[in-house]
Amino acid sequence: MINKLIQEVETKFLRPDPLKFEVGDTVDVHCRILEGTKERIQVFTGIVLARRGAGTRETFTVRRIVGGEGVERIFPVNSPKIAKLEVVRHGKTRRAKLYYLRKRVGKATKLVQRRAREDKVEVPSSE
Amino acid sequence: MFLLGRKVGMTQVADADGRAIPVTLVQAGPCRVLRIKSLQSDGYHALQIGFEEKPRRLASRAERGQVAELERSATSQKNKKSAGAKVGGEPSRVVREIRFSVDPVGHEVGNILTVDLFDGKKFVDVIGVTKGRGFAGVMKRHNFGGQRASHGVKKCHRALGSVGQNTYPGRVHPGQKMSGRFGVDRVTVRNLKLFSIDKDKNLMLIRGAIPGPNGGLVMVRFPKEPPRSQV
Repeated sequence: MINKLIQEVETKFLRPDPLKFEVGDTVDVHCRILEGTKERIQVFTGIVLARRGAGTRETFTVRRIVGGEGVERIFPVNSPKIAKLEVVRHGKTRRAKLYYLRKRVGKATKLVQRRAREDKVEVPSSE
Repeated sequence: MFLLGRKVGMTQVADADGRAIPVTLVQAGPCRVLRIKSLQSDGYHALQIGFEEKPRRLASRAERGQVAELERSATSQKNKKSAGAKVGGEPSRVVREIRFSVDPVGHEVGNILTVDLFDGKKFVDVIGVTKGRGFAGVMKRHNFGGQRASHGVKKCHRALGSVGQNTYPGRVHPGQKMSGRFGVDRVTVRNLKLFSIDKDKNLMLIRGAIPGPNGGLVMVRFPKEPPRSQV
């Protein structure tokens, strides 16, 4: 149970454009990076392994393979540093956390199967 | 200046640079000034402030008398000097006295203190009572390291170890840290950054953690010794 007052404060810090994605999706995360005084956008592409937490503390984990090494980044969903998030491909999943992908190598990781776009993605809080 | 409030809980918000800042929500005030003590009347300067209301049926006569004149018998009325102006209204659930070394000018009985006081302040001190942890061992209470998990250690993995020397002094020095009651201490956390205030909801967002459970009573005050770099 979350306190009402906390919720009220948090809503002020939630992003106006909720990110639409699901666990298993391959996404492009466009994050703002400050280089000296210049702001630059860097894209991090990978599979969403998990989504956890609620309110301003909600985060999601994106995993990708860089130079043969698995790299995971955890982003706060409501971070103003995330300029944009694009879903490249939908993955079919049977569970909420895809940590088992960490043990997979090569082809076994690559495709979690495609799935047609569902209405569910448009309305994230259907269930 | 002080303000009484209740700790609501903690959350996380983003600052202007997009960094996640841990903040504690405190619902502070409104507090009423119940009485002003001065050098002339009491020998020292102080403000008595009340926070939250208490149903009249639960309040003692003393508590009711603090906010309104009680009916007294004729004799006691004759002998008793008036204690000064009263605020009226309902008795306060929490009453605290704030001492001042000099006359705190500009206050009147019945004045309402709100988070407006902290407008523009960068830092605050927060005073609260820590959560009670009961009879706690030495690792939790004093951050001792405990003993090893293996290498022959038996049944004393969380024990404190030695408490002193041998024949001389032949006793344990006073103040030796041991297990015992832990928590329920009045603790002041100084110079916490004030993230923002919400005047409509009487809320203060204070960076970092403050003592006590959610819903616990806390006092928020102007920093006694603000960091020297910024005043």
